[in-house]
Amino acid sequence: MKNILLIIQREYLTRVKKKSFIILTLLVPLLMMGMWAGIIWAAMSGTDEKHISVIDESGFFVNKIGNGEMYSFEYIDTDLTEAKKAFPESGKDALVFIPADIMENPKSVQIFAERGVPLELKSKVEGAIEREIESIKLTEAGITRSVLEDAKLNVSSETISLNDGNEKKSSSTAATIIGFACAFLIYISVFIYGAQVMRGVMEEKTSRIVEVIISSVKPFQLMIGKIVGVALVGLTQFTLWIVLTLALFSIGGQVVGSKLQDMPDVSAVQSANLPPEVAAQMQQNQPDIGADVLPDIINAASTLPIATIIISFLFYFLGGYLLYSSLFGAVGSAVDGETDTQQFILPITIPIIAAFIIAQFVMRDPNGPLAFWASMVPFTSPIIMMVRIPFGVPIWQIALSIALLIGGFIFTTWLAARIYRIGILMYGKKVTWKELSKWVFYKG
Amino acid sequence: MNTILDIKNIVKNYANHLALDDVSITVPKGMIFGLLGPNGAGKTSLIRIVNQITAPDSGKVFFDGEPLSERHIYEIGYLPEERGLYKKMKVGDLLLYLARLKGLSKSEAMDKLKEWFIKFDIKNWWDKPVEDLSKGMQQKIQFVATVLHQPKLIILDEPFSGFDPINANIIKDEILKLREQGSTIIFSTHRMESVEELCDHVALINKSKKVLDGSKAELKEQFKENSFHIEFDGKLESKEGVYQIEKVMNTEGNHYSGTVKLAEGVSVNDLIRAIIDQVELKALHENIPTMNDIFIKAVNQA
Repeated sequence: MKNILLIIQREYLTRVKKKSFIILTLLVPLLMMGMWAGIIWAAMSGTDEKHISVIDESGFFVNKIGNGEMYSFEYIDTDLTEAKKAFPESGKDALVFIPADIMENPKSVQIFAERGVPLELKSKVEGAIEREIESIKLTEAGITRSVLEDAKLNVSSETISLNDGNEKKSSSTAATIIGFACAFLIYISVFIYGAQVMRGVMEEKTSRIVEVIISSVKPFQLMIGKIVGVALVGLTQFTLWIVLTLALFSIGGQVVGSKLQDMPDVSAVQSANLPPEVAAQMQQNQPDIGADVLPDIINAASTLPIATIIISFLFYFLGGYLLYSSLFGAVGSAVDGETDTQQFILPITIPIIAAFIIAQFVMRDPNGPLAFWASMVPFTSPIIMMVRIPFGVPIWQIALSIALLIGGFIFTTWLAARIYRIGILMYGKKVTWKELSKWVFYKG
Repeated sequence: MNTILDIKNIVKNYANHLALDDVSITVPKGMIFGLLGPNGAGKTSLIRIVNQITAPDSGKVFFDGEPLSERHIYEIGYLPEERGLYKKMKVGDLLLYLARLKGLSKSEAMDKLKEWFIKFDIKNWWDKPVEDLSKGMQQKIQFVATVLHQPKLIILDEPFSGFDPINANIIKDEILKLREQGSTIIFSTHRMESVEELCDHVALINKSKKVLDGSKAELKEQFKENSFHIEFDGKLESKEGVYQIEKVMNTEGNHYSGTVKLAEGVSVNDLIRAIIDQVELKALHENIPTMNDIFIKAVNQA
């Protein structure tokens, strides 16, 4: 036991002291911060505004195509051929032509631009014209827009999970995001830290220090010490990432927050530049989507079983890592160099990748039979169960999945140890699958 | 108890070959014990069993009178033939780690390491990464790691490979010193001149079986062929029932040298009497077989 601790200590310290570890640990929070700052900056500065000229021969649409964040429309009163001639010098990005007979011939709208018309502009113009024609026709039929608005309801379903007799408001969007993020982290970390175990084993084998070490400790102790040491490195890295990212975000958040207060209200500015009736309509027609949905997600997220999610994340991270890293270790012990690893690595990575693909289906149907079975099989459960848990999973299923995963990693560790003890002392031999399976049953 | 290691009827099978076939060897305390054998004879398999890296299929090993068990690991120091170090680690950290795996406390290990670093004059290596050292320097580090915990039994597999003659001598002196301090050394090598020089006792394994075992003197006695080297002036002829000339060479003028083989039951005195009747005897000594001769002869006989 004392020796296992010594091994864990060495495996941990040599990795944590490495320059690459320190750099990666610092870099990831900075990258996250950078990405976040980039998004904020993009949102604040907006994209280049496109200026578009509109010739409306029909006269129905003057000032009816609303200016958005990206487009500003200017209505001109020239005829089309002249406007087309003047277009290259006008500095405008596009020219929209609405003919006089638009009501009879709705397909006659034309958009000109120097290089192709952005799809978004096309749909915006079409949408605005459609809406306008609709309301003109409605008016003709004696229905006003306000009557119509009353008839239109913004339907957004509220999903309520019936669990343990308690009704809980849940948001499937929040559950999906959180579950998938956890599953993705487990997926990535199994690869990263599994590969570290494999390389560590290979280093010991190729440098031939392994025979010295195993004259002091049992091969099994050396393998377990390495696996646990690397697991601790992983936990350290995750913890530092979370702490550093949160620290950076709270500092960054304060800076951005004070800046945002200095900015004039964006919608107020827009309204000021527009005729009053347009501005009023804009505010009516453009419900702020973000403002509506975001608090919902946050609210729903707070109703998710957060404690269960965190505890199960740690468990499935460790379980999945233990299950796979021992197999990676066994591969490292069986080969003589990096180039030989390919044939053995592939069968190990297939279930992980498969699990990640299945996860995308499970997100849509978190309680279906595929979701159930994939969250029971130990080779996929660490990823699949994490997708399911935020949606709520019956306790017996979690318990069964955990029991199977524990059984699973005990089995793979046993299997890996059988291969490992032979493999680390086997040099200069091209190992085949058949050979590996024989090692498992060797005595002593 | 005069035996440090008692290996009894060890059998070890690998998938497609028998590595050790009923091998029994007794290693007396306080000796340098040569474990010899051609490549692939089973030496490494035997050493691994003693180190508890692998277990025998059948047979028993006793260490210092007790059945070999896990705690004896701390009493054994093993320098394998294929050996390496963690290349990225600092020399001092690595040696501390290896010493602590052998059961030393951190402070004990520190004290002992300091002695060795002074002895080998390598104090400024402590903070160097292993990969910065030459191969010979790394071998020295490995030797220190093997003997640092003052084990009762030290197993050295080809300890001199990779050393220049000067460093090989330093290591040789250390091995002799360790024997004086009471350690027993099992010494596995192909270099017969070092066996001749260092070993007190020898066992020879060939094709998975032990073919020879005994003290160096006993073996030489066993393998000598009653063959004598003689130098003389004059003309010598074989004498039926006493000796047979095997080889004779004219070295200078009337001066000859050669080899004669004594007949069964004839003493050296009889030989001398028979010779001085014929020639002027200048020199005579018995041809004692070298370990190299014994090795080759024993391997070829088997």
